Amino acid sequence: MTGHLVDASALGWLGVRSRPGRSAMSALGVALGIATVLLVTGIPASGQADLDRRLSAMGADMLVAQVAALEGSTVAFPEEAAAMARRIGPVTFGSAVANLHSKVMRTPFADPNESAGISVLAATPDLVPAVRGEVATGTFLTEATRGLPAVVLGAAAARWLGLSTFDAAHPVQVFVAGERFTVVGVLAPMPLAPELEQAVFVGDEFARSHFGFDGRPTVVYLRAVESEISAVRDVLPATLAPSTPGLVSVSRPADVLAAKEATHGTFAALFLGLAGVALLVGGIGVANTMVVSVLERRREIGLRRALGARRHDVRLQFLIEAVLLSLLGGAGGTLVGMVGTVGYAALRGWPVVLPWATVAAGLAGAVVIGALAGLYPAVRASRTSPTEALAAV
Amino acid sequence: MTVLRLTGVVKEHPGGVRALRGVDLVVEQGEDLAIVGPSGSGKSTLLHIMGTLDRPTRGTVELAGQDTGAMTDTELSRARARNLGFVFQQSHLVDRLTAVDNVATGLLYAGTRRRERRALAEVALERVGLAHRRTHWPSQLSGGERQRVGIARALVNRPALILADEPTGALDQATGRQVLELFGELHAEGATIALITHDPTVAATFGRRVEIRDGELLDGVVA
Ligand SMILES: Nc1ncnc2c1ncn2[C@@H]1O[C@H](COP(=O)(O)OP(=O)(O)OP(=O)(O)O)[C@@H](O)[C@H]1O
Ligand SMILES: [Mg+2]
Repeated sequence: MTGHLVDASALGWLGVRSRPGRSAMSALGVALGIATVLLVTGIPASGQADLDRRLSAMGADMLVAQVAALEGSTVAFPEEAAAMARRIGPVTFGSAVANLHSKVMRTPFADPNESAGISVLAATPDLVPAVRGEVATGTFLTEATRGLPAVVLGAAAARWLGLSTFDAAHPVQVFVAGERFTVVGVLAPMPLAPELEQAVFVGDEFARSHFGFDGRPTVVYLRAVESEISAVRDVLPATLAPSTPGLVSVSRPADVLAAKEATHGTFAALFLGLAGVALLVGGIGVANTMVVSVLERRREIGLRRALGARRHDVRLQFLIEAVLLSLLGGAGGTLVGMVGTVGYAALRGWPVVLPWATVAAGLAGAVVIGALAGLYPAVRASRTSPTEALAAV
Repeated sequence: MTVLRLTGVVKEHPGGVRALRGVDLVVEQGEDLAIVGPSGSGKSTLLHIMGTLDRPTRGTVELAGQDTGAMTDTELSRARARNLGFVFQQSHLVDRLTAVDNVATGLLYAGTRRRERRALAEVALERVGLAHRRTHWPSQLSGGERQRVGIARALVNRPALILADEPTGALDQATGRQVLELFGELHAEGATIALITHDPTVAATFGRRVEIRDGELLDGVVA
């Protein structure tokens, strides 16, 4: 039985390579379709891998917890919220900030609207590692400056205040709620925490002594072992606000960013539709070639019948020939699709993700297309009467 | 032993042409039979029916005592693959196969294993005197050589009966004579041969001659 299939396959392959030009042309449609499918899946997959890699570099391990503000009331976490968060096993860093609902201005006489978008946050020295932040110039708040009128600017806030080119050697001052603060540092941009880029930070102890800050934070930032992140997420509300866990909302900034960048979806559907059309046309091309081939080779069919080929043998020979033809296109298309994906990913500096499942599905699809396309010609070949076939010229 | 027996065979082609009108014919093992008749007399039709490539409208065809009328396509195909060998006016070689692979095709449907096919094909090719042309392509062979490759393909399965339809029809006289001599030798070695021709001089070289006229056999008479 296997020998039988080997023989039939050898015959089918003989048919394909006997007319190489025609075979190549008729396999082209299938090749185009498969190549499109691979490109449409491979390129976005590589792009996604790149996004994942970037997100994970930026902080896929980060969580942000907030208390949903009820109308009118200013709600906040308990004072010790950050410390409680740090006590959760997988949590590696945790810090909290409190919105002081105050305004920062470059001079006491400046237009307050100019800096209206900047929030003033009370912060502790451990904030920077908890948000994967970096200090661009100067320093962040320290144990020493925590109780002093010192301020650190977020990247966007510094820009709006005209202090992007701040130099620590020449201290400048800004005014918060009318009080004079010395700028001690500016933070680098933080794509995962844009709300912090638009804030200025004052020491929590100074806020307590001069702003009547009650020590209760409004937002908790933390980082945890990435594999445990959803478990941490689940226990966070009850840990941070044991009395009102339902009011706590926890978000993962990486997810938000990922959702924002995942916009290729609609295009992929369109291209997949085109690939489907190409495959259909490819299948028709194969069928057409096979019908012509069967007509041309009637004498060969007659001879094979005289040599003892059953109808089944003739049918199998042409069916396999059609499948091989289609598979040839599938293999060519796979090659083009893979080279295209690798090339594009290399050009964009992406990690290459070859969609092996799609490659396998594509080749299997090519076999199915070939079988469907070959069915009619093969049946027709097997029904040819041997005597008429031998008489054909 | 009777290799082939036709009894009351009638063949009507579509359109109402009566190509055979009640043919009775028995071929015994070891015979060399020539069926001779003018063009359109029904020779090819008869050969096709003898070779089970076509079924008679009426009458029976028995191969080695077995009625072929009751056989399925698979059974008939097996009979052709194992017990019959065909030689046609055209050699019908596959262009993309070498001489020896073309000969091996004669065993493709007989259930012979791949490696054995090749070895037996070499022997058959040697038998027709073309061992040195083993790896040549059909396009590199002369008409006579191509026909000899075709004969090798017909005898490679050691058939009980070799059926030949005008095998010299496309050859010049000298080459045709060589091919006929080959048939003579094969017969001398024990092969059973039924050959069809319109040429009485070709028929004259055969031990038994049968004439066909308008679809009827005139046994033993040669015009
Ligand atoms: N498929 C067919 N359909 C209709 N008529 C046919 C068919 N095949 C043969 N015939 C007719 O049957 C008769 C016998 O044909 P056949 O081919 O057997 O003759 P032949 O003796 O082999 O002739 P030739 O020497 O020219 O080859 C002819 O009249 C022919 O026209
Ligand atoms: Mg004829």
